[in-house]
Amino acid sequence: MSVFTLPQAAKETALVKELSELVAHHRAACPPYARILDASGAGDRFDTVADLPWLPVRLFKNLELKSIGDDEVFKVLTSSGTTGEVSRIYLDKAAAATQTRMLGATVQSVLGPKRLPMLLVDTKSLLKDRRSFSARGAGVLGMATFGRDHVWALDSDGKPDVDAIRGFLAAHGDQPFLIFGFTYLVWLHLYEVAREHGLDLSNGTLIHSGGWKKLVDQAVDPDEFRRRLRVDAGLTRVHNFYGMVEQIGTIFLEGPSGGSLYCPDFADVVVRDPDTWAELPPGKPGLLEVVSTLPTSYPGHVLLTEDLGVVHGVDDGDWPGKRFSVRGRLPRAEARGCSDTYQGGAAPRAGAIA
Amino acid sequence: MADLQRLRDAFRTSLDLPADTPVDELQYQDNAQWDSLAHMSLIAAIEDEFSIMIDTDDVINMSSFQEAVRILGKYGVAFNE
Repeated sequence: MSVFTLPQAAKETALVKELSELVAHHRAACPPYARILDASGAGDRFDTVADLPWLPVRLFKNLELKSIGDDEVFKVLTSSGTTGEVSRIYLDKAAAATQTRMLGATVQSVLGPKRLPMLLVDTKSLLKDRRSFSARGAGVLGMATFGRDHVWALDSDGKPDVDAIRGFLAAHGDQPFLIFGFTYLVWLHLYEVAREHGLDLSNGTLIHSGGWKKLVDQAVDPDEFRRRLRVDAGLTRVHNFYGMVEQIGTIFLEGPSGGSLYCPDFADVVVRDPDTWAELPPGKPGLLEVVSTLPTSYPGHVLLTEDLGVVHGVDDGDWPGKRFSVRGRLPRAEARGCSDTYQGGAAPRAGAIA
Repeated sequence: MADLQRLRDAFRTSLDLPADTPVDELQYQDNAQWDSLAHMSLIAAIEDEFSIMIDTDDVINMSSFQEAVRILGKYGVAFNE
């Protein structure tokens, strides 16, 4: 089973229809969303995914954006930003169930239907307060569903628990197993340990996320990350993913050969010129917009992120559709879309960052 | 044939419910004790109790006690009550 099946033309047709319906749905059900669309002059007919009106992802930090009644709110998800501002995402029961199911389908595209023994590159103390998980705790717990016989690779101080990792590999290392963790934790606390102790991770599949910012000091980029894990630990099945709480349940997953993220059938990306907002062709970096049909209880179906991305190709990779990568965060001033900031020359233009 | 009581006990233990709590009508989304962490314990408890390995989709779909009974049927566990 896979959710990476649709060539771009077929996906575009399906998404334009479904997302146009979602625009109408949220317009009717979420008054602040309707006011934003009216103020920006958005129409109600869209020919392409890039025509759809987007919301800056930051708005979820400032406004209560939901398309359900207060009595239908089942879960409120929050994400802490770097500045302490928090996005609030409202799910009803249907949306909560759908996001779990579609995340499951996406991950099963590379893991298959069986739950594998799972090494979590994190610490159990993450889940100490079970009424209030951090975003990291929620991420780990969400992914834990896809594994069994979970072992935590880090002790309560966040240091590698070499005995636990060795014990896990002794019990499960000779058959397929799953490793999950945030990218920098995997690098600092699993890769280094595996290299130092000569651990064999060759039957593992690694799923990791969380960005490369913290690895800049280590001079590790995505290619080097894959290469070193392969050479020093025998780990060849490595899948990075990109996703955000404002589009919960949708993840963009790295393909088997590496270097590109792919969009599941119910999602897509558009790269925009931060000066003109025009869609940029493959090869040109710009602001990343993410679209998904999953957000039904809040208007998160078309979001302009604050991340820089570039589409590498269309229908020419491991899986059909667009393949792209994320190149870090746009400097904050630029994310406001204020053209004055460019003229001072202080902020890098997107084209210069590639 | 398995005793339905074994499944009820697995639910009560995993969800930290008193021994005599009725669980036959339990729904994932309506019970505060049954959160995602408890769900993982529940799956592990059911797998141990009935010596089966439950697939990912069934973990996701096991959203009520009655659904658990139905799903366990797929794994050859039939109940006699």
